[in-house]
Amino acid sequence: MGFFDRLKSGLSRSREAINEIFYMGGEVDEDFWEDLEDTLVMGDMGGELAMRVTDDLREQAARENLNRADQLRDALAKRLAQEFRTADRDPFEDVPSCVLFVGINGAGKTTTVGKLAGRARGEGKSCLIGGADTFRAAAIEQLEVWGTRAGVDVITRERGADPASVCYDVVEEAEKRGTQLVLIDTAGRLHTSSDLMRELAKVVNVTRKRCTSMPVTVVLVIDATTGQNGLAQAKEFNDALDLDGLIVTKLDGTAKGGIALAISDQLGLPIYRIGVGESIDDLETFDALDFCRALVGEGK
Amino acid sequence: MFNSLSERLQDTFDKLRGKGKLTEADINVAMREIRMALLEADVNFRVVKDFVASCKEKCLTAEVLDSLTPAQNVVRIVLDQLTELLGTTESKLVLAQNRTPNVIMLVGLQGSGKTTAAAKLAYLLKGQGHSPLLAACDTHRPAAADQLATLGAEIGVPVYRGDGKDAVKVASESIHEAVDHLNDIVIVDTAGRLQIDEEMMQEAVAIKQAVRPDQILMVVDAMTGQDIVNVVQTFAERVDFDGVIMSKLDGDARGGGALSVRAVTGKPIKFVSMGEKPDSLEVFHPDRMAKRILGMGDVYGIIEQAQKVADQEQIDAAERMLREGFTMDDLLNQMQQIRKMGGLAKIISALPGGERAMAQQGGVDESSLGRIEAMIHSMTKEERARPKIINGQRRKRIAAGSGRSVQEVNQLLKQWGEMNKMMSKMRAATQGGSKKQRRQMQSMMRNMGMGGGMPGGMGGRGWGM
Repeated sequence: MGFFDRLKSGLSRSREAINEIFYMGGEVDEDFWEDLEDTLVMGDMGGELAMRVTDDLREQAARENLNRADQLRDALAKRLAQEFRTADRDPFEDVPSCVLFVGINGAGKTTTVGKLAGRARGEGKSCLIGGADTFRAAAIEQLEVWGTRAGVDVITRERGADPASVCYDVVEEAEKRGTQLVLIDTAGRLHTSSDLMRELAKVVNVTRKRCTSMPVTVVLVIDATTGQNGLAQAKEFNDALDLDGLIVTKLDGTAKGGIALAISDQLGLPIYRIGVGESIDDLETFDALDFCRALVGEGK
Repeated sequence: MFNSLSERLQDTFDKLRGKGKLTEADINVAMREIRMALLEADVNFRVVKDFVASCKEKCLTAEVLDSLTPAQNVVRIVLDQLTELLGTTESKLVLAQNRTPNVIMLVGLQGSGKTTAAAKLAYLLKGQGHSPLLAACDTHRPAAADQLATLGAEIGVPVYRGDGKDAVKVASESIHEAVDHLNDIVIVDTAGRLQIDEEMMQEAVAIKQAVRPDQILMVVDAMTGQDIVNVVQTFAERVDFDGVIMSKLDGDARGGGALSVRAVTGKPIKFVSMGEKPDSLEVFHPDRMAKRILGMGDVYGIIEQAQKVADQEQIDAAERMLREGFTMDDLLNQMQQIRKMGGLAKIISALPGGERAMAQQGGVDESSLGRIEAMIHSMTKEERARPKIINGQRRKRIAAGSGRSVQEVNQLLKQWGEMNKMMSKMRAATQGGSKKQRRQMQSMMRNMGMGGGMPGGMGGRGWGM
């Protein structure tokens, strides 16, 4: 199953919902626009963005004389794809590279690090994992299991140690070994907890300062099932850490991941990878148009 | 960009409040705002539609439109409707009387917080005199059992891990383990699973059949978006849970999902999980949740929290303050209590209009509390008891000792002076009044004691130096 199919099956629920309105009667009337707005909202895109997209599409329909629902489908996909920014650089391909993973509890940071490490080893890159989640019980053990699976060393300290010092250690070790890809996992935290956010800012600053031999990328990991709070999360993390981009996980469920669109639109952050399944290969490069086409249910 | 539900509704009602008599068009404006606000709070859009429709119908009665205070009536209707939708009774954990051990099983998506919730639930039950056993049946996520074992050790609750391979086997063995060790409740932590993952859903059903749980609780992340309805519906059909634990409510997510869960499955929310510490699992109160959503503040929660931390010693201290005035030690005490209650931001945001005030002031600087503490710690015992003796020389020493500037010490002393003035006014009032009035005053003092420094603690005024 190719990437597109997999993504499409993952996004099928929202596609069905949108298909419903596209096939209904086929004529574009007031009800159509209202339903369209609701459907976009249902995909966690947010009320404001949904309204704007609908209004834009409406204008375009009037201008270009598109009066059948199916004509509007391609226009909608393209319109949505415009909301995404493209990444200037892929931090997992352009090595050497040091990537820090941040996010709220349970977003999937540790799993993502594990998968990326496995992937990098598979491609023959040298890789090192930093376990800077010294807070959560057994986070280090979880990372070590992933490290063993991938054949990648994990640099960490005991539970309760200063996470910034772990980052220092791992960068130092990576420079000594000439490692190509450094992946650092941090402890999950709610964006509203100001002291934990300050701690994280310190971790990021220490890494940015210490790591002079390769670019440091700070990636926010966000769960696709997240609702509008995802926007608040991304904004807070961005304010505190000056994020470089996003990774969206758990897109293999029925969640539509519309929040990714809202975040990308509001903060202009590129999406580096999306998680569409459980296995290591299911962490895919993001393609905005594919994503949006799958979202609105258009064939290849 | 992002307005919380309470802010949105508050704005709407502020606008309505200015009006004497409402028209249908006014109600429509309000309902549109409510709709947008609920959507932004992640209430499912179908639930929103029903909710808004029923609210509008009730608001359009002549009783509301012609009343002198239509806005208040609209507020009341929306509040009542929200409370009703959230469930009208306080939901508690129902345990079977005639079975030992009782079995509680936790299910949910990956990353919703099941393992943490399991430990918190165990801690809560232990506090109620039960002897729980945690069963680590998440055999999929690496080191999940280690996590549970660590948490169990922290709260002093045994954890059964079994072979760590077959979740169903571990679950059924844990029951025997509990019988052998006289544990009266087994809490079964399971792996996170997507509702469309057939294999994993079957595993959950198999565990359920193996241990026949008395209660199945579904852990739902308060930040979940619209998809929550698909998730809970499938879990309800396949595993059929009895109630919900809503996790991560200590963030700023409005938890609109709570509304959706109730509306779609009819299952009650039993607990809310409010933080990282083991004691942060709280019983769910629908009325409080509805009020909090409407920006009316979780006043009850704060009082309860204050009662938890206020002990007899502090009540005595409050009385002494009335008699003898307010010392720096009292100030220190208050600040430590604010810390215990979860910090200024948590208290203020739970007060009516608190979130808005905080947003206007640009948040609360919690570190100012620490600075004040440092300054007080740099005072001698005598200085703390009688701050009036602090002269220029002493100020310099205190400033040097705490690493703050003399100006900051001055400001602290000035604030102490103002509080003391207020205290003497109260003293005059209590001495003049009847016994009953005095008691009221004293209880007010106690509450003041918790939050006396609060209004000044916001933004640039007062404590926020």
